[in-house]
Amino acid sequence: MSVKFEKNVLGRLVPNLVNGKIQIPFQGVGKHLPKGNKYGAPIVSCADFPADGNKIVPNLQEALLKAGLRNGAVISTHHHFRNGDLLAVQIFDIAHSLGFKDLVWFPSASFECHQPLINYLEDGTIHHIEGSMNGSLGRFASEGKMKGMGVLRSHGGRHQAIQDGEIVIDIAVIAAPTADAFGNATGDRGSAACGLLGFALADSQYATKVIVATDNIVPFPCVPWQIQGNNVDFVVVLDQIGIPEKIVSGTTEITKSPDRLLLAEMTAQFCDEAGIIHDGFSFQAGAGGTALSIGVYFAEMLRKRGMNARFARGGSNKYLVKMLEEGLLDYILDGQTFDLEGVRSMRENKGHVNTSPFTSYNYHGKGNFASMLDVVVLGATEVDLNFNANVVTHSDGILLHGVGGWQNCLFAKCTILPIPLFRDRIPVIRDEVTTICGPGELIDVIVTERGIAINPMRTDLLDKLKYSNLPIKTMQQLKEEVDAICGVPEKPMFTNNPIAVVKWVDGTVIDTVWEVDNTEK
Amino acid sequence: MSKIVTTGNIGKTVRSDCAVTLELTDSGGIDLQIESKVKVLYGKQIEELAREILAFYKIKNAILLIEDSGALPFVLAARLEAVIRKLINTDTEFLLPLLSQNQYHTAKDISRVTRLYLPGNSPSLMINAGIHHPNGIILDLEDAVAPDKKYEASFLVRNALRNLDFYGAERMVRINQIPRGLDDLDFIVPHNVNLILIPKCESAAQIHQVNERIEVLKTKHNINTSIWLMPIIESAMGVIKSFEIATAAYNIVALAIGLEDYTADIGAKRTAEGTESLFAQSQVVNACRAAGIQPIDSVFSDVSNMEALKNNVLQSKALGFEGMGCIHPRQIKVVHENFAPDSDEIEKAKQIIFAFREAIKKGLGVVSLGTKMIDAPIVKRAQQTIEKAIKSGKLNPNWEDEEHVC
Repeated sequence: MSVKFEKNVLGRLVPNLVNGKIQIPFQGVGKHLPKGNKYGAPIVSCADFPADGNKIVPNLQEALLKAGLRNGAVISTHHHFRNGDLLAVQIFDIAHSLGFKDLVWFPSASFECHQPLINYLEDGTIHHIEGSMNGSLGRFASEGKMKGMGVLRSHGGRHQAIQDGEIVIDIAVIAAPTADAFGNATGDRGSAACGLLGFALADSQYATKVIVATDNIVPFPCVPWQIQGNNVDFVVVLDQIGIPEKIVSGTTEITKSPDRLLLAEMTAQFCDEAGIIHDGFSFQAGAGGTALSIGVYFAEMLRKRGMNARFARGGSNKYLVKMLEEGLLDYILDGQTFDLEGVRSMRENKGHVNTSPFTSYNYHGKGNFASMLDVVVLGATEVDLNFNANVVTHSDGILLHGVGGWQNCLFAKCTILPIPLFRDRIPVIRDEVTTICGPGELIDVIVTERGIAINPMRTDLLDKLKYSNLPIKTMQQLKEEVDAICGVPEKPMFTNNPIAVVKWVDGTVIDTVWEVDNTEK
Repeated sequence: MSKIVTTGNIGKTVRSDCAVTLELTDSGGIDLQIESKVKVLYGKQIEELAREILAFYKIKNAILLIEDSGALPFVLAARLEAVIRKLINTDTEFLLPLLSQNQYHTAKDISRVTRLYLPGNSPSLMINAGIHHPNGIILDLEDAVAPDKKYEASFLVRNALRNLDFYGAERMVRINQIPRGLDDLDFIVPHNVNLILIPKCESAAQIHQVNERIEVLKTKHNINTSIWLMPIIESAMGVIKSFEIATAAYNIVALAIGLEDYTADIGAKRTAEGTESLFAQSQVVNACRAAGIQPIDSVFSDVSNMEALKNNVLQSKALGFEGMGCIHPRQIKVVHENFAPDSDEIEKAKQIIFAFREAIKKGLGVVSLGTKMIDAPIVKRAQQTIEKAIKSGKLNPNWEDEEHVC
């Protein structure tokens, strides 16, 4: 079957086949409603497992072989250690040394530490990556060098794809900072403590085989556990599974940049004038300096008015922990722990709760937390005149980031993107984004240092801000302003070769990422 | 002819700038190489601009390397012109069209509570300066520019004055010390500057020298709007001569004081309490008030300590100053808010004005508020407080109507 392309409802050209699998083009928000039953993992019997509960195997290679490593296998890992992950590369080192080919890596996210995997993408050990491709991996893919096509999914979309059987994980390898020999595992303790292991939850429940790898084995029972040993096939003890200091990513400090602080301040003021900040409100702010600073401004407002927020979602960090401990916030519903203060708080504070993509983001759940949020503050690499936004490619067309929880968060009651109008001459407001990751109908407000644009669909917000002192402008005005400063940019050149697709939260294809054309014209 | 010259900046931390390296050759045409992180988006435009400028200076044979980290066109043009004029002896200027929204002039008595200092050779700090809304933006050619970068900085400052939107802020330039600073005037007077700061000013004669050069340039370029001066007093001699300086010319709108240099000059250590500079500060305030111009205080150098800045501003306001230089955008808000009258002062001023109006209506010669007599200077100060409150946004211009509604 040859690949055909058709336009989805947003007018984007998408392939009907990706790595041999049939695809459904994006139909619109909430339009694709698959029927039938969820995918089920194979039936197992406890008679097949050691009665003494000791599932330890001597090393990772043996565990992988016992788990049925074969050519073409789908192997999943998780990004709880972010740039300090030591496991994924080891797995593929072993697969390579044993001569396995055409493997599929299904990470919950990738980081620069995974750059060595480029060798295995080149030599055919790995066929393609279904997950974020950041930095070097993204550049490699953008140049059309990956054998198969990349599949970019949100955190919620990853859970959806596992639950509806779009992807079947042959072997899930879960890096656990602390575990027992039965496979009960947790991330809140141990020398590589990283907080929670929520991204591995679906893998532990749905993968054919599950391996827990730890560098801190404790006597049974490891309590409280985040990954349940009853779902685990093998346990491997390694010298070191992650580098603790790299678990804290660089984007988890509030910004010192006066321009970004101004963006944060304008965003907080906007929320205030829009009536979003009230006693018992809820919010989520992504990683990244600007988003974190907004939380600090929220805290200031709450403190002054003697109010508190009911819950905050998302990556926990020292600023949220401070709000929690100061009584400005009742609950942190933690999806991923961004710094060591977050890890500590998770151990110590009752109001700091573990969540997973299932509770917060999943399309096949009976509701999720993201849509209950009063406001979410996110970033973007580009936004266009129709409020469509891009988070995966840059204006020069190169794939550099993953989707993360970004798409899932768009369902909040108010979605705000504070972004500069341009970054070092790179315009952020465009006629048309390079890649659509989120449809404009879900994006309510764009805050730039030179003006704030409210989605015309949000007449309620436009009304509330009618007499504001904030610089409310239209997207068209912002676009004209950036073009006047930077010049009208040329469009990046692409070949006809798709290198990845971006999935919407429901599994349909919202856009295609194309190979960049570097030939000088 | 084989001299190779570079202007601009390149390096890991450099943003929104470029380095331009030029060698004039005898043959071979233009060998142009562009390395840019925005090449996909703006490569063609960068090339067009470079070729246009080379052609403008009639350069037919050269090797030109542009290493770009996202420089805006006005920056690229400044770097290219500077590199060419380092090799070719010419006074011809390559000017981009003046931004229409930049064609505003300022009045003598506008508010100058905050002025943001920007190093004259750092484009990345200039580009967003206006969005922080200081009253004035100072492009600094003096201390913030390394000696070997001063020449190229004057092109960048000139282009910024013409082509960078400061969103209504007064466009100011701090020139170099006189006499060197006189040559800086050629780059700024014809190009849209509103106010010139004269550093280390010690005499009326220096003001006259500056004004003579300004007049020549204004005549030559047919400029008939005022260019204001703000001398900076930074030495014992300057302090002693402050009244002479303040009254040296009609276009002096303010004196600023620079305490780092002043304290060094008198051989004292600069302290947090500032006892050592109390005389100088009071002298400058008095000279300004006597001359009818604005007294402006020294900058506060600890950019991370907003609480200390606030105390500094309150102290400065108590001494009679009307404004302060800012060296970081985050200082602007704090300086504005604390120079502005506080709510008690505003309330009191309102009451005084109402009592005064009432007394006039009733034909009373003596005004009183409660048990206190109110005389003319008190009413005047109340009016000033109201004006400042309105200017700083703390009071609605229609406050009287609102009061009556209540």
